[in-house]
Amino acid sequence: MRFLYGLAALLVGLLVWQMLVWMTGAPHFILPSPLRVAKAGFASRALILEHTIVTATEVVLGLILGTLLGALTAIQLASSQWAQRLLLPILVFTQAVPVFALAPILTLWFGYGMASKIVMAVLIIYFPVTSAFHDGLTRVDSGLLDLARTMGATRWQVMRRIRIPHALPSLGTGLRLAAVYAPIGAVIGEWVGASKGLGYLMLLANGRVKIDLMFASLIALALLTVALHKLVAVLADRLSDYARGQGQH
Amino acid sequence: MTPPPAITLQGSFSLAETRLFGPLSVHLPAGQWTCLLGPSGVGKSTILRLILDLTTGGQFTGSVQADDGQPLRDRISYMAQSDLLLPWLTVLENTVLGARLRGEPPDLDRARHLLSRVGLGAHQAKTPAALSGGMRQRAALARALIEVRPVVLLDEPFSALDAGTRADMQELAAEVLKDKTVLLVTHDPAEASRLGHQILLLSPDAATIWTPPPTPPIRALQDPATLACQADLLSHLRGQVR
Repeated sequence: MRFLYGLAALLVGLLVWQMLVWMTGAPHFILPSPLRVAKAGFASRALILEHTIVTATEVVLGLILGTLLGALTAIQLASSQWAQRLLLPILVFTQAVPVFALAPILTLWFGYGMASKIVMAVLIIYFPVTSAFHDGLTRVDSGLLDLARTMGATRWQVMRRIRIPHALPSLGTGLRLAAVYAPIGAVIGEWVGASKGLGYLMLLANGRVKIDLMFASLIALALLTVALHKLVAVLADRLSDYARGQGQH
Repeated sequence: MTPPPAITLQGSFSLAETRLFGPLSVHLPAGQWTCLLGPSGVGKSTILRLILDLTTGGQFTGSVQADDGQPLRDRISYMAQSDLLLPWLTVLENTVLGARLRGEPPDLDRARHLLSRVGLGAHQAKTPAALSGGMRQRAALARALIEVRPVVLLDEPFSALDAGTRADMQELAAEVLKDKTVLLVTHDPAEASRLGHQILLLSPDAATIWTPPPTPPIRALQDPATLACQADLLSHLRGQVR
């Protein structure tokens, strides 16, 4: 049923698009019709796939690294008052710097290859992951912490056996956001300087007035993001189920 | 395990400048059960938290001392009002939480034995979400009983149980915690009459000793002296509430 609704929504979207083309009478190098974009996409499928793989690799590596870094930071913040007092203001301040503004510098430092795009993706998801996970780590029922204290628990055991499992659903929330943000980071990186990736392909097609190819690349990027979001949602649901005691044992 | 100490709490406690109780003195005789009764909000759980050296959110002036002069830290097993089971662990894993948190190898055989004694033998592999409130409370009881500690503080441990299970669990606790220094917070005069070597009535001004039945606990449910004690306690408590 949900699939049918999705299909219907897609058809409505395409219809609106086609109507816009008819009503405005825009030339195809301004607003190509859906059919034209589909044709261009099919004709250049190998090219689009090649660049999609590059962007996907950057995004996935960025997600993994960013999640690891964010989770470690959150654990560090939650395990020491000093770290929290010292690092949290710095972290919040760095969020005032738009990551987009850093893109040229990152390209300068990490080169035109994948590295600068991965760093971009890492930077853009680092804060949402850290802050969501940290929230979960520190919002543990105080009764549980009291009980652990009376049992003679060590700090690290409380972290490992109570705080971290308790915070997994919050980490899942952070990951859902990250899955949507990470492609933005990678594409911005590709715009600033790259010779591969969907962002690069879009700029290239745009510059050569191949607007239909640009739209096809855009759709490929959207599909990539949706697929990633779905995949991460499955993972996040599993984390939640586990923490609620509804996972597999 | 050190021999069970006697514990004395002396002092007064106030919340936001308002006196909750005291100055008063609560004495827990070594190796005996003390049942603490009193109206809601009088500070029964606070007394438990003070003995446990947990934060109370108020100001306590006074002292908590064991008669052997040793610190009480790591000598007390505690069961709170809520079951505090970790939802992601099975009942068996929850039972051995203390050992896991101390980084010790857990005694799974003893845990399984205790779980079957509290009637959860068939539910060891389930997570708390699959249990009823009473079953969760029994799992929490097993988790408290497994700790090998000379002092045990129980905060209304049997409140969510039906009458029959409650009587069973009282007998189990009395057996497992024999010769330990136990403080049981309860609202139930029958429970206090049945289990207490000593019965304390807490009011803002004092912890008054109420004479328990002459026989040693655990007392039979139908014992006339126990029933009489229970009836007297109940009428006294009702008078206190009015």
